Amino acid sequence: MASSNLPVDRSFESGVLNGECPGAVLPPECLWKKKKNGFALIECPQRIPCNPCATSCPAGAVRPFADINDVPRVDYEKCTGCALCVAACPGLACFVVDLTYGEDLALVKLPYEMLPVPSAGDEVDCVDRTGGVAGRGSVVGVSEPLKDHTRVVSVSVKKDIVSDVRAIRTVN
Amino acid sequence: MNPAVREAEILVVGGGAAGLCAAAEAAVAGARVLVLESDLHLGGQLVKQTHKFFGSKDEFAGTRGFKIAGKILDEMASCKDKIETVTNANVMGYYPEDGVVTVMVGEDEYFKVKPARIVMATGAQERLIAFPNNDLPGVYGAGAVQTLMNVYGVSPGDRVLMVGAGNIGLIVSYQLMQAGVQVAAILEAMPNIGGYWVHAAKIRRLGVPILLRHTIKAALGDVVVEGAIVRSLANGETFKIDCDIICLAVGLSPTAEILWQAGCEMKYVPELCGYVPIRNARQRTTNDDVWVAGDAAGIEEASSAMVEGRIAGLDAAASLGYEIDESRFGVYEERLKALRSGETASRIRAGLARVSANGFLGGMTSDGFQ
Repeated sequence: MASSNLPVDRSFESGVLNGECPGAVLPPECLWKKKKNGFALIECPQRIPCNPCATSCPAGAVRPFADINDVPRVDYEKCTGCALCVAACPGLACFVVDLTYGEDLALVKLPYEMLPVPSAGDEVDCVDRTGGVAGRGSVVGVSEPLKDHTRVVSVSVKKDIVSDVRAIRTVN
Repeated sequence: MNPAVREAEILVVGGGAAGLCAAAEAAVAGARVLVLESDLHLGGQLVKQTHKFFGSKDEFAGTRGFKIAGKILDEMASCKDKIETVTNANVMGYYPEDGVVTVMVGEDEYFKVKPARIVMATGAQERLIAFPNNDLPGVYGAGAVQTLMNVYGVSPGDRVLMVGAGNIGLIVSYQLMQAGVQVAAILEAMPNIGGYWVHAAKIRRLGVPILLRHTIKAALGDVVVEGAIVRSLANGETFKIDCDIICLAVGLSPTAEILWQAGCEMKYVPELCGYVPIRNARQRTTNDDVWVAGDAAGIEEASSAMVEGRIAGLDAAASLGYEIDESRFGVYEERLKALRSGETASRIRAGLARVSANGFLGGMTSDGFQ
Protein backbone atom coordinates (compact mmCIF):
# COMPACT_ATOMS: atom_id res chain seq x y z
CA MET A 1 0.00 0.00 0.00
CA ALA A 2 1.23 3.50 0.65
CA SER A 3 4.80 2.82 1.61
CA SER A 4 6.74 5.90 2.56
CA ASN A 5 9.25 7.29 4.94
CA LEU A 6 6.94 10.14 5.77
CA PRO A 7 6.27 10.92 9.40
CA VAL A 8 3.06 9.32 10.68
CA ASP A 9 0.76 11.97 12.05
CA ARG A 10 -1.33 10.33 14.76
CA SER A 11 -3.26 13.47 15.59
CA PHE A 12 -7.02 13.48 15.88
CA GLU A 13 -7.08 16.37 13.38
CA SER A 14 -5.69 14.07 10.70
CA GLY A 15 -8.33 11.39 11.25
CA VAL A 16 -6.80 9.19 13.93
CA LEU A 17 -8.77 8.45 17.07
CA ASN A 18 -6.54 8.68 20.10
CA GLY A 19 -8.83 8.20 23.03
CA GLU A 20 -12.46 8.01 23.99
CA CYS A 21 -14.66 10.99 23.28
CA PRO A 22 -18.34 11.62 22.55
CA GLY A 23 -19.22 9.54 19.50
CA ALA A 24 -16.38 7.14 20.20
CA VAL A 25 -16.80 5.42 23.54
CA LEU A 26 -16.02 1.86 24.54
CA PRO A 27 -18.53 -0.50 26.13
CA PRO A 28 -18.23 -0.95 29.89
CA GLU A 29 -15.63 -3.67 30.34
CA CYS A 30 -17.59 -5.72 32.87
CA LEU A 31 -20.45 -6.20 30.41
CA TRP A 32 -18.25 -6.43 27.35
CA LYS A 33 -16.06 -9.28 28.64
CA LYS A 34 -19.09 -11.55 29.05
CA LYS A 35 -21.16 -10.46 26.05
CA LYS A 36 -21.64 -13.25 23.51
CA ASN A 37 -21.36 -11.90 19.92
CA GLY A 38 -19.80 -8.72 21.23
CA PHE A 39 -20.81 -5.08 21.22
CA ALA A 40 -20.77 -2.39 18.58
CA LEU A 41 -17.89 0.08 18.80
CA ILE A 42 -18.50 3.26 16.86
CA GLU A 43 -15.78 5.77 16.06
CA CYS A 44 -17.73 8.80 14.84
CA PRO A 45 -16.68 11.78 16.95
CA GLN A 46 -17.74 14.59 14.61
CA ARG A 47 -21.23 16.07 14.34
CA ILE A 48 -22.22 15.41 10.73
CA PRO A 49 -25.66 14.95 9.20
CA CYS A 50 -25.83 11.16 9.06
CA ASN A 51 -27.94 8.57 10.85
CA PRO A 52 -27.93 5.11 9.16
CA CYS A 53 -26.28 3.50 12.22
CA ALA A 54 -29.36 4.38 14.24
CA THR A 55 -31.98 3.77 11.57
CA SER A 56 -30.49 0.44 10.49
CA CYS A 57 -30.18 -1.02 13.99
CA PRO A 58 -32.79 -3.78 14.33
CA ALA A 59 -32.50 -3.74 18.14
CA GLY A 60 -32.76 -0.01 18.62
CA ALA A 61 -29.39 -0.19 20.31
CA VAL A 62 -27.89 2.78 18.51
CA ARG A 63 -30.08 5.31 20.26
CA PRO A 64 -32.40 7.22 17.96
CA PHE A 65 -31.05 10.66 17.06
CA ALA A 66 -32.89 13.77 18.21
CA ASP A 67 -30.91 15.75 15.63
CA ILE A 68 -29.46 14.06 12.56
CA ASN A 69 -26.13 15.63 13.47
CA ASP A 70 -25.97 13.80 16.80
CA VAL A 71 -23.00 11.55 17.37
CA PRO A 72 -24.00 7.92 17.92
CA ARG A 73 -24.54 6.43 21.37
CA VAL A 74 -24.94 2.72 21.96
CA ASP A 75 -27.35 1.19 24.47
CA TYR A 76 -25.47 -1.91 25.65
CA GLU A 77 -28.63 -3.35 27.15
CA LYS A 78 -29.92 -3.76 23.61
CA CYS A 79 -26.88 -4.26 21.37
CA THR A 80 -26.74 -7.84 20.08
CA GLY A 81 -23.49 -7.48 18.17
CA CYS A 82 -25.30 -8.29 14.92
CA ALA A 83 -22.99 -5.98 12.95
CA LEU A 84 -25.70 -4.53 10.72
CA CYS A 85 -24.38 -1.08 11.64
CA VAL A 86 -20.96 -2.22 10.41
CA ALA A 87 -22.50 -2.86 7.00
CA ALA A 88 -24.74 0.22 6.97
CA CYS A 89 -22.41 3.00 8.13
CA PRO A 90 -21.44 5.15 5.11
CA GLY A 91 -18.35 6.29 7.00
CA LEU A 92 -17.12 2.75 7.76
CA ALA A 93 -16.95 3.83 11.38
CA CYS A 94 -18.75 0.91 13.06
CA PHE A 95 -17.07 -2.25 14.35
CA VAL A 96 -18.10 -5.14 16.55
CA VAL A 97 -15.69 -6.68 19.02
CA ASP A 98 -16.54 -10.01 20.68
CA LEU A 99 -14.27 -10.71 23.63
CA THR A 100 -15.88 -14.12 24.34
CA TYR A 101 -14.65 -15.69 21.12
CA GLY A 102 -11.86 -17.71 22.75
CA GLU A 103 -9.49 -17.92 25.64
CA ASP A 104 -6.90 -15.64 24.04
CA LEU A 105 -8.78 -14.69 20.92
CA ALA A 106 -11.34 -12.01 20.19
CA LEU A 107 -13.48 -11.68 17.09
CA VAL A 108 -13.45 -8.32 15.33
CA LYS A 109 -16.13 -7.63 12.72
CA LEU A 110 -15.13 -4.79 10.44
CA PRO A 111 -16.27 -3.20 7.19
CA TYR A 112 -14.35 -4.01 4.02
CA GLU A 113 -14.72 -2.46 0.57
CA MET A 114 -11.42 -3.38 -1.06
CA LEU A 115 -10.24 -6.11 -3.40
CA PRO A 116 -9.45 -8.92 -3.19
CA VAL A 117 -12.21 -10.09 -0.88
CA PRO A 118 -10.72 -12.54 1.60
CA SER A 119 -12.24 -15.94 2.36
CA ALA A 120 -12.79 -17.79 5.60
CA GLY A 121 -9.56 -19.37 6.72
CA ASP A 122 -7.31 -16.73 5.16
CA GLU A 123 -4.55 -15.23 7.24
CA VAL A 124 -4.58 -11.44 6.97
CA ASP A 125 -2.66 -8.51 8.34
CA CYS A 126 -4.66 -6.69 10.97
CA VAL A 127 -3.88 -3.00 10.84
CA ASP A 128 -4.32 -0.11 13.21
CA ARG A 129 -5.74 3.36 12.69
CA THR A 130 -2.71 4.51 10.74
CA GLY A 131 -2.32 1.38 8.63
CA GLY A 132 0.47 -0.11 10.72
CA VAL A 133 0.37 -3.87 11.17
CA ALA A 134 -0.85 -4.69 14.68
CA GLY A 135 -0.67 -8.43 14.15
CA ARG A 136 -1.89 -11.35 12.13
CA GLY A 137 -5.50 -12.53 12.19
CA SER A 138 -7.54 -15.34 10.75
CA VAL A 139 -10.65 -14.67 8.72
CA VAL A 140 -13.58 -16.50 10.25
CA GLY A 141 -16.27 -15.33 7.89
CA VAL A 142 -17.17 -12.77 5.23
CA SER A 143 -20.72 -11.59 4.68
CA GLU A 144 -22.46 -8.90 2.67
CA PRO A 145 -25.51 -8.16 4.82
CA LEU A 146 -26.97 -5.37 2.68
CA LYS A 147 -25.88 -6.79 -0.69
CA ASP A 148 -24.29 -3.47 -1.54
CA HIS A 149 -20.61 -4.40 -1.85
CA THR A 150 -19.77 -3.47 1.72
CA ARG A 151 -18.52 -6.69 3.27
CA VAL A 152 -18.38 -7.45 6.94
CA VAL A 153 -15.23 -9.43 7.63
CA SER A 154 -15.01 -11.34 10.89
CA VAL A 155 -11.44 -11.88 11.90
CA SER A 156 -10.06 -13.56 15.00
CA VAL A 157 -7.18 -11.75 16.62
CA LYS A 158 -5.19 -11.94 19.82
CA LYS A 159 -7.12 -10.18 22.57
CA ASP A 160 -4.29 -7.81 23.36
CA ILE A 161 -4.61 -6.04 19.99
CA VAL A 162 -8.41 -5.61 19.76
CA SER A 163 -8.22 -1.96 20.66
CA ASP A 164 -5.87 -1.33 17.73
CA VAL A 165 -7.28 -3.47 14.92
CA ARG A 166 -9.54 -1.41 12.68
CA ALA A 167 -8.90 -2.83 9.20
CA ILE A 168 -7.42 -5.82 7.47
CA ARG A 169 -5.06 -6.15 4.58
CA THR A 170 -4.94 -9.31 2.55
CA VAL A 171 -1.58 -11.01 2.14
CA ASN A 172 -0.83 -13.06 -0.93
CA MET B 1 -30.12 30.23 -40.90
CA ASN B 2 -32.67 31.33 -38.37
CA PRO B 3 -33.62 28.33 -36.31
CA ALA B 4 -37.02 28.53 -34.73
CA VAL B 5 -37.12 29.53 -31.09
CA ARG B 6 -38.26 26.63 -28.97
CA GLU B 7 -40.61 27.14 -26.07
CA ALA B 8 -40.29 25.63 -22.63
CA GLU B 9 -42.17 26.27 -19.44
CA ILE B 10 -39.18 25.55 -17.25
CA LEU B 11 -35.64 25.31 -18.52
CA VAL B 12 -33.24 23.52 -16.21
CA VAL B 13 -29.63 24.34 -17.01
CA GLY B 14 -27.55 21.44 -15.75
CA GLY B 15 -28.54 17.80 -15.35
CA GLY B 16 -26.70 17.04 -12.13
CA ALA B 17 -27.98 16.39 -8.64
CA ALA B 18 -29.73 19.74 -8.23
CA GLY B 19 -31.00 20.08 -11.80
CA LEU B 20 -32.50 16.61 -12.01
CA CYS B 21 -34.29 17.05 -8.70
CA ALA B 22 -35.63 20.41 -9.87
CA ALA B 23 -36.83 18.83 -13.11
CA ALA B 24 -38.49 15.89 -11.36
CA GLU B 25 -40.21 18.14 -8.86
CA ALA B 26 -41.48 20.61 -11.48
CA ALA B 27 -42.67 17.86 -13.80
CA VAL B 28 -44.54 16.06 -11.03
CA ALA B 29 -46.28 19.37 -10.35
CA GLY B 30 -47.35 19.39 -14.01
CA ALA B 31 -44.88 21.74 -15.68
CA ARG B 32 -43.21 20.97 -19.00
CA VAL B 33 -39.48 20.89 -18.41
CA LEU B 34 -36.45 21.00 -20.68
CA VAL B 35 -33.16 19.85 -19.13
CA LEU B 36 -29.89 20.80 -20.83
CA GLU B 37 -26.77 18.93 -19.80
CA SER B 38 -23.32 19.68 -21.17
CA ASP B 39 -21.95 16.20 -20.44
CA LEU B 40 -22.72 13.14 -22.55
CA HIS B 41 -24.97 11.72 -19.88
CA LEU B 42 -27.20 12.95 -17.08
CA GLY B 43 -26.36 12.74 -13.40
CA GLY B 44 -23.53 15.24 -13.01
CA GLN B 45 -21.13 14.40 -10.20
CA LEU B 46 -23.47 11.75 -8.81
CA VAL B 47 -22.50 9.22 -11.47
CA LYS B 48 -18.89 9.25 -10.25
CA GLN B 49 -19.69 8.77 -6.59
CA THR B 50 -19.07 5.16 -5.68
CA HIS B 51 -19.17 5.82 -1.93
CA LYS B 52 -22.27 5.67 0.22
CA PHE B 53 -23.94 8.97 0.93
CA PHE B 54 -24.46 10.41 4.36
CA GLY B 55 -27.63 12.13 5.51
CA SER B 56 -30.94 10.49 6.32
CA LYS B 57 -33.08 8.13 4.30
CA ASP B 58 -34.73 11.19 2.72
CA GLU B 59 -31.39 11.91 1.05
CA PHE B 60 -30.82 8.21 0.30
CA ALA B 61 -28.28 7.82 3.13
CA GLY B 62 -26.28 4.64 2.79
CA THR B 63 -26.86 4.52 -0.97
CA ARG B 64 -23.94 4.93 -3.32
CA GLY B 65 -24.05 8.17 -5.31
CA PHE B 66 -24.35 6.66 -8.76
CA LYS B 67 -27.37 4.67 -7.59
CA ILE B 68 -28.96 7.88 -6.36
CA ALA B 69 -28.65 9.33 -9.87
CA GLY B 70 -30.54 6.25 -11.10
CA LYS B 71 -33.30 6.79 -8.56
CA ILE B 72 -33.84 10.40 -9.63
CA LEU B 73 -33.85 9.38 -13.29
CA ASP B 74 -36.51 6.76 -12.43
CA GLU B 75 -38.57 9.48 -10.80
CA MET B 76 -38.22 11.59 -13.95
CA ALA B 77 -39.20 8.61 -16.09
CA SER B 78 -42.49 8.43 -14.22
CA CYS B 79 -43.48 11.74 -15.84
CA LYS B 80 -41.46 11.46 -19.01
CA ASP B 81 -44.14 13.08 -21.18
CA LYS B 82 -43.39 16.29 -19.27
CA ILE B 83 -39.59 16.19 -19.38
CA GLU B 84 -37.29 16.52 -22.35
CA THR B 85 -33.57 16.11 -21.79
CA VAL B 86 -30.77 17.06 -24.14
CA THR B 87 -27.21 15.95 -23.36
CA ASN B 88 -24.00 17.23 -24.90
CA ALA B 89 -25.79 20.60 -24.84
CA ASN B 90 -23.96 23.74 -23.78
CA VAL B 91 -25.89 26.85 -22.85
CA MET B 92 -23.98 29.62 -24.60
CA GLY B 93 -25.84 32.68 -23.45
CA TYR B 94 -28.90 34.30 -21.95
CA TYR B 95 -30.31 37.42 -23.54
CA PRO B 96 -32.15 39.43 -20.90
CA GLU B 97 -33.86 41.72 -23.41
CA ASP B 98 -36.08 38.92 -24.68
CA GLY B 99 -35.27 36.03 -22.32
CA VAL B 100 -33.82 33.85 -25.07
CA VAL B 101 -31.25 31.20 -24.20
CA THR B 102 -28.87 29.97 -26.89
CA VAL B 103 -27.69 26.38 -26.94
CA MET B 104 -25.03 24.39 -28.78
CA VAL B 105 -25.51 20.66 -29.07
CA GLY B 106 -22.18 19.06 -29.80
CA GLU B 107 -20.25 21.01 -32.41
CA ASP B 108 -22.87 21.34 -35.11
CA GLU B 109 -26.35 21.85 -33.84
CA TYR B 110 -27.55 25.18 -32.51
CA PHE B 111 -30.91 26.23 -31.18
CA LYS B 112 -32.63 28.92 -29.19
CA VAL B 113 -35.10 28.39 -26.43
CA LYS B 114 -37.37 30.89 -24.77
CA PRO B 115 -38.37 29.50 -21.41
CA ALA B 116 -40.93 31.01 -19.10
CA ARG B 117 -38.78 30.12 -16.09
CA ILE B 118 -35.19 28.95 -15.61
CA VAL B 119 -33.56 26.89 -12.90
CA MET B 120 -29.82 27.41 -13.02
CA ALA B 121 -28.13 24.29 -11.73
CA THR B 122 -24.82 24.76 -13.45
CA GLY B 123 -22.71 23.28 -10.66
CA ALA B 124 -19.11 24.16 -10.11
CA GLN B 125 -15.65 24.22 -11.60
CA GLU B 126 -12.53 22.85 -10.01
CA ARG B 127 -9.90 25.25 -8.78
CA LEU B 128 -6.29 24.69 -9.56
CA ILE B 129 -3.29 26.10 -7.75
CA ALA B 130 -0.15 27.58 -9.19
CA PHE B 131 3.21 25.82 -8.80
CA PRO B 132 6.12 25.18 -11.17
CA ASN B 133 5.39 22.45 -13.71
CA ASN B 134 1.68 22.33 -12.95
CA ASP B 135 1.14 21.98 -16.69
CA LEU B 136 2.93 18.62 -16.87
CA PRO B 137 0.86 15.65 -18.02
CA GLY B 138 -0.05 13.83 -14.82
CA VAL B 139 -1.33 16.88 -12.97
CA TYR B 140 -5.08 16.42 -12.72
CA GLY B 141 -8.08 17.88 -11.01
CA ALA B 142 -9.70 15.38 -8.66
CA GLY B 143 -12.86 15.46 -10.76
CA ALA B 144 -10.93 14.33 -13.82
CA VAL B 145 -9.36 11.45 -11.92
CA GLN B 146 -12.78 10.41 -10.71
CA THR B 147 -14.21 10.58 -14.21
CA LEU B 148 -11.37 8.49 -15.62
CA MET B 149 -11.69 5.87 -12.90
CA ASN B 150 -15.35 5.66 -12.15
CA VAL B 151 -17.01 6.60 -15.43
CA TYR B 152 -14.55 5.18 -17.95
CA GLY B 153 -12.74 2.53 -15.88
CA VAL B 154 -9.32 3.95 -16.69
CA SER B 155 -6.63 3.94 -14.04
CA PRO B 156 -5.01 7.39 -13.93
CA GLY B 157 -1.57 6.10 -12.88
CA ASP B 158 0.28 4.04 -10.30
CA ARG B 159 0.98 6.39 -7.43
CA VAL B 160 -0.89 9.55 -6.62
CA LEU B 161 -0.07 12.58 -4.52
CA MET B 162 -3.37 14.12 -3.45
CA VAL B 163 -3.41 17.84 -2.69
CA GLY B 164 -6.30 18.79 -0.40
CA ALA B 165 -8.02 16.93 2.46
CA GLY B 166 -11.55 18.19 1.94
CA ASN B 167 -14.22 15.60 1.27
CA ILE B 168 -13.30 15.37 -2.41
CA GLY B 169 -9.62 14.77 -1.71
CA LEU B 170 -10.44 12.20 0.96
CA ILE B 171 -13.09 10.38 -1.04
CA VAL B 172 -11.12 10.28 -4.28
CA SER B 173 -8.09 8.98 -2.36
CA TYR B 174 -10.22 6.15 -1.00
CA GLN B 175 -11.58 5.37 -4.47
CA LEU B 176 -8.05 5.34 -5.87
CA MET B 177 -7.04 2.79 -3.24
CA GLN B 178 -10.09 0.71 -4.14
CA ALA B 179 -8.98 0.81 -7.76
CA GLY B 180 -5.58 -0.52 -6.74
CA VAL B 181 -3.76 2.79 -7.16
CA GLN B 182 -1.30 3.78 -4.43
CA VAL B 183 -1.83 7.08 -2.67
CA ALA B 184 1.56 8.37 -1.55
CA ALA B 185 0.12 11.05 0.74
CA ILE B 186 -2.58 13.64 1.08
CA LEU B 187 -1.39 17.21 1.61
CA GLU B 188 -3.48 19.73 3.49
CA ALA B 189 -2.39 23.30 4.05
CA MET B 190 -4.74 23.79 6.99
CA PRO B 191 -3.97 22.42 10.48
CA ASN B 192 -6.94 20.06 10.20
CA ILE B 193 -8.77 18.10 7.54
CA GLY B 194 -11.59 19.94 5.81
CA GLY B 195 -13.72 16.89 5.03
CA TYR B 196 -15.60 14.53 7.30
CA TRP B 197 -13.44 12.99 10.01
CA VAL B 198 -14.71 9.47 9.22
CA HIS B 199 -13.60 9.80 5.58
CA ALA B 200 -10.11 10.65 6.82
CA ALA B 201 -10.12 7.81 9.35
CA LYS B 202 -10.95 5.21 6.73
CA ILE B 203 -8.01 6.13 4.51
CA ARG B 204 -5.60 6.57 7.42
CA ARG B 205 -6.39 2.93 8.25
CA LEU B 206 -5.26 2.00 4.76
CA GLY B 207 -1.89 3.50 5.55
CA VAL B 208 -2.23 6.77 3.67
CA PRO B 209 -0.51 9.64 5.50
CA ILE B 210 -2.31 12.96 5.73
CA LEU B 211 0.27 15.72 6.00
CA LEU B 212 -1.36 18.69 7.67
CA ARG B 213 0.22 22.11 7.19
CA HIS B 214 1.91 20.91 4.00
CA THR B 215 1.57 22.07 0.42
CA ILE B 216 3.04 21.29 -2.98
CA LYS B 217 5.98 23.44 -4.02
CA ALA B 218 6.66 22.01 -7.47
CA ALA B 219 5.95 19.09 -9.74
CA LEU B 220 9.03 17.22 -10.94
CA GLY B 221 9.61 15.68 -14.35
CA ASP B 222 10.60 16.60 -17.91
CA VAL B 223 7.86 15.08 -20.00
CA VAL B 224 5.45 13.72 -17.41
CA VAL B 225 5.12 13.91 -13.64
CA GLU B 226 7.83 11.95 -11.86
CA GLY B 227 7.42 13.32 -8.37
CA ALA B 228 6.70 16.37 -6.32
CA ILE B 229 8.47 18.69 -3.96
CA VAL B 230 6.42 19.19 -0.83
CA ARG B 231 6.87 21.93 1.69
CA SER B 232 5.94 22.07 5.35
CA LEU B 233 4.11 25.26 6.17
CA ALA B 234 5.04 24.76 9.81
CA ASN B 235 8.83 24.79 9.46
CA GLY B 236 9.57 25.43 5.80
CA GLU B 237 11.23 22.05 5.32
CA THR B 238 10.99 20.60 1.83
CA PHE B 239 11.18 17.00 0.70
CA LYS B 240 10.43 14.86 -2.33
CA ILE B 241 7.53 12.49 -2.79
CA ASP B 242 7.63 9.92 -5.59
CA CYS B 243 4.45 9.87 -7.64
CA ASP B 244 3.32 9.78 -11.26
CA ILE B 245 0.06 11.61 -10.67
CA ILE B 246 -0.60 14.83 -8.79
CA CYS B 247 -4.27 15.19 -8.06
CA LEU B 248 -5.58 18.62 -7.06
CA ALA B 249 -8.58 18.70 -4.76
CA VAL B 250 -8.23 22.27 -3.63
CA GLY B 251 -11.78 23.44 -3.91
CA LEU B 252 -14.48 24.41 -6.34
CA SER B 253 -15.96 27.66 -7.61
CA PRO B 254 -19.64 28.10 -8.47
CA THR B 255 -20.31 28.23 -12.21
CA ALA B 256 -22.00 31.59 -12.39
CA GLU B 257 -21.56 33.04 -15.90
CA ILE B 258 -25.17 32.53 -16.97
CA LEU B 259 -26.42 33.97 -13.71
CA TRP B 260 -24.38 37.11 -14.38
CA GLN B 261 -25.83 37.28 -17.91
CA ALA B 262 -29.31 36.93 -16.49
CA GLY B 263 -28.71 40.07 -14.47
CA CYS B 264 -29.12 38.33 -11.13
CA GLU B 265 -27.73 40.36 -8.29
CA MET B 266 -24.48 38.61 -7.39
CA LYS B 267 -22.38 38.74 -4.28
CA TYR B 268 -18.89 37.50 -3.52
CA VAL B 269 -19.22 35.17 -0.55
CA PRO B 270 -15.96 33.47 0.43
CA GLU B 271 -17.77 30.87 2.55
CA LEU B 272 -19.71 29.78 -0.55
CA CYS B 273 -16.49 29.85 -2.60
CA GLY B 274 -17.18 32.63 -5.06
CA TYR B 275 -19.80 34.85 -6.62
CA VAL B 276 -23.30 33.57 -5.99
CA PRO B 277 -26.72 35.06 -6.59
CA ILE B 278 -28.78 36.69 -3.86
CA ARG B 279 -31.91 34.58 -3.48
CA ASN B 280 -34.86 33.96 -1.23
CA ALA B 281 -35.60 30.78 0.72
CA ARG B 282 -37.28 29.32 -2.37
CA GLN B 283 -34.03 29.66 -4.35
CA ARG B 284 -35.45 32.49 -6.50
CA THR B 285 -32.90 35.07 -7.57
CA THR B 286 -33.43 38.78 -8.06
CA ASN B 287 -34.32 38.00 -11.68
CA ASP B 288 -37.92 36.88 -11.12
CA ASP B 289 -37.70 34.27 -13.85
CA VAL B 290 -34.53 32.65 -12.55
CA TRP B 291 -33.94 30.18 -9.70
CA VAL B 292 -30.63 28.75 -8.58
CA ALA B 293 -29.82 25.40 -6.94
CA GLY B 294 -26.85 23.26 -6.04
CA ASP B 295 -23.20 24.26 -6.23
CA ALA B 296 -24.03 27.20 -8.51
CA ALA B 297 -25.68 28.68 -5.43
CA GLY B 298 -22.58 28.08 -3.32
CA ILE B 299 -20.26 25.10 -2.88
CA GLU B 300 -21.87 22.63 -0.54
CA GLU B 301 -22.56 18.95 -1.10
CA ALA B 302 -24.89 16.74 -3.10
CA SER B 303 -27.52 16.03 -0.45
CA SER B 304 -28.35 19.69 0.07
CA ALA B 305 -28.03 20.34 -3.68
CA MET B 306 -30.80 17.82 -4.26
CA VAL B 307 -33.07 19.45 -1.70
CA GLU B 308 -32.37 22.93 -3.11
CA GLY B 309 -33.24 21.58 -6.54
CA ARG B 310 -36.56 20.29 -5.26
CA ILE B 311 -37.41 23.64 -3.69
CA ALA B 312 -36.45 25.51 -6.87
CA GLY B 313 -38.40 23.16 -9.15
CA LEU B 314 -41.46 23.27 -6.96
CA ASP B 315 -41.42 27.06 -6.63
CA ALA B 316 -40.82 27.59 -10.34
CA ALA B 317 -43.82 25.35 -11.11
CA ALA B 318 -45.94 27.20 -8.56
CA SER B 319 -45.01 30.53 -10.13
CA LEU B 320 -46.50 29.27 -13.40
CA GLY B 321 -49.78 28.60 -11.68
CA TYR B 322 -49.42 24.87 -11.16
CA GLU B 323 -51.10 23.66 -8.05
CA ILE B 324 -48.62 22.42 -5.53
CA ASP B 325 -48.70 21.24 -1.96
CA GLU B 326 -47.31 24.24 -0.07
CA SER B 327 -46.40 22.08 2.91
CA ARG B 328 -43.65 20.45 0.85
CA PHE B 329 -41.60 23.63 1.19
CA GLY B 330 -41.63 23.26 4.94
CA VAL B 331 -40.53 19.64 4.67
CA TYR B 332 -37.66 20.52 2.36
CA GLU B 333 -36.60 23.50 4.43
CA GLU B 334 -36.47 21.33 7.55
CA ARG B 335 -34.25 18.87 5.69
CA LEU B 336 -31.90 21.59 4.60
CA LYS B 337 -31.75 22.93 8.12
CA ALA B 338 -30.82 19.47 9.44
CA LEU B 339 -28.18 18.96 6.77
CA ARG B 340 -26.69 22.32 7.58
CA SER B 341 -26.60 22.18 11.35
CA GLY B 342 -23.51 19.97 11.73
CA GLU B 343 -19.98 20.92 12.66
CA THR B 344 -18.64 21.03 9.12
CA ALA B 345 -21.50 23.22 7.87
CA SER B 346 -20.69 26.31 9.92
CA ARG B 347 -19.14 27.97 6.86
CA ILE B 348 -22.25 27.25 4.83
CA ARG B 349 -24.44 28.79 7.51
CA ALA B 350 -22.26 31.90 7.61
CA GLY B 351 -22.28 32.16 3.82
CA LEU B 352 -26.01 31.69 3.43
CA ALA B 353 -26.71 34.38 5.98
CA ARG B 354 -25.02 36.77 3.56
CA VAL B 355 -27.01 35.93 0.44
CA SER B 356 -30.53 35.67 1.75
CA ALA B 357 -32.87 38.26 0.29
CA ASN B 358 -34.91 39.95 3.04
CA GLY B 359 -33.42 37.64 5.66
CA PHE B 360 -35.71 35.02 4.18
CA LEU B 361 -33.70 31.88 4.86
CA GLY B 362 -35.72 30.42 7.65
CA GLY B 363 -34.18 32.36 10.49
CA MET B 364 -30.72 31.05 9.74
CA THR B 365 -27.79 32.88 11.22
CA SER B 366 -24.12 32.19 11.12
CA ASP B 367 -24.31 30.85 14.65
CA GLY B 368 -27.02 28.35 14.01
CA PHE B 369 -30.77 28.48 13.93
CA GLN B 370 -33.12 30.61 15.87
